[in-house]
Amino acid sequence: MKNRKAESGALSRGLACLALGLGLTACAGPGGHPKDPLEPLNRATFRFNEVADEYVMRPVAQVYDYAPLPIKVGVGNFFGNISDIWIGVNNLLQGKVTDGLSDGGRVLVNSTVGIFGLFDIATELGLEKHDEDLGQTLGRWGIGDGPYLVLPLLGPSNVRDTFGLVGDLTVDPVWQVEEVATRNSLTGLRFVNKRAQLLGADTTADQAALDKYGYLRSFYMQYRLNQIHDGQPPRVKDPDDEDARSDDAPAPTAGESTGPVADERVALQSEKKDNAQ
Amino acid sequence: MKRISSLLAALALCAGVQFSAHAQSIAPDALVKGVTDDVITIVRQDKAIQAGDTHKAVELVETKVIPYFDFAHMTRLAVGKDWRQASPEQKTVLTQEFKTLLVRTYSNALTQYRNQQIDFKPFKAKPEDTDVVVRTEVRQPGAKPVQIDYALDKQGDAWKVYDVMVAGVSLVTNYRDSFGQEVRAGGIDGLIKSLKDKNKQLDTTTSAKK
Repeated sequence: MKNRKAESGALSRGLACLALGLGLTACAGPGGHPKDPLEPLNRATFRFNEVADEYVMRPVAQVYDYAPLPIKVGVGNFFGNISDIWIGVNNLLQGKVTDGLSDGGRVLVNSTVGIFGLFDIATELGLEKHDEDLGQTLGRWGIGDGPYLVLPLLGPSNVRDTFGLVGDLTVDPVWQVEEVATRNSLTGLRFVNKRAQLLGADTTADQAALDKYGYLRSFYMQYRLNQIHDGQPPRVKDPDDEDARSDDAPAPTAGESTGPVADERVALQSEKKDNAQ
Repeated sequence: MKRISSLLAALALCAGVQFSAHAQSIAPDALVKGVTDDVITIVRQDKAIQAGDTHKAVELVETKVIPYFDFAHMTRLAVGKDWRQASPEQKTVLTQEFKTLLVRTYSNALTQYRNQQIDFKPFKAKPEDTDVVVRTEVRQPGAKPVQIDYALDKQGDAWKVYDVMVAGVSLVTNYRDSFGQEVRAGGIDGLIKSLKDKNKQLDTTTSAKK
């Protein structure tokens, strides 16, 4: 117990340092990404993560990936079931009562009929699995994401999601396990299982990116926005694209014809947004 | 009388043919579903693609998928505001190179297909819409379903895909930051060179793997 207190003490001290660092570097030079004032530090952490992944995490995940599919599915379901409790709480915190109750139902069904969560019976019964965490809840409450951060070993994040993560971990059932050995092996297994699910996607990212750091940064920002809006982020028509389009288009016959058309498009777009909500 | 009725029949037939030619502007959701089903059916039967044959995967994408994509629009989106400073020739080259990069990378993803199931979400659009999103979801056991959305816009009678979003992440605008970086460092030609180098590098790694 004492250990854990020390741990969280160190964690909050780290966060305090981080916040201080952010304050100091918030006025980084021009040309960089406006959301990434800490880019030099982030790139250094990113390089470290890449090496750690290449030599440790990825190889371990590749070995784990040889396990038969039912075992991997069982492991995924087990940890999924554990996290459903907190997902439900977050749904309630976001005012999505039906979803929150459904998550509670999932835990009940999967922990009993699903034998300690090894089988995801609830999904087959039509109780859909959700994806929530404290960072998303904070985002839903209107808290901005703050500067982009690359966390050691854990990868892309931002200030809001880092605070969210600390909250997620303090209530995480695996982190509450008293026995250190069990807690560590469960944490390790969960991590490896998650990493193994990303095999394949990681090579695609390697091949696709001109600059993997920038690619993942943009990926993370869009990904989180999508999660916060439960898969339906507001669609904004690209202003750059509109400019380019009117540039490319054959010269308008009447001088004033582009204006109203563009306006109409914007109107359509915002109408669409309203419908989505 | 007979002659007239056969004439009428012929006319009706012609009208029918014309009508079906018009109907070729398939609805966007039907278009995405048709292409997806086509590709999945082929990948399921093709042992070479499943074993990681990139060239076959690229070939499949080139014949079955590319006709429904608007790469000029995609490139314009990826480049963003710098697009305006590119000359027509530069635009052509950029589009060509970006297309090569996208096709190679994501054709490779096809080789990782393992019987995942693809669900199509209810499609919501008004008849007068010219810019829509078709939503799908890839389901696999033991993992979260992955959302894949296609943005299409109407060009004349035909719908063309101009963006693909995986888990909410646009495969196109995801390039904008690094493209902007390249343009700032070396202008449009610098970006073209980086794309060419990247494609060359992919070429050598995929042929080395074989």
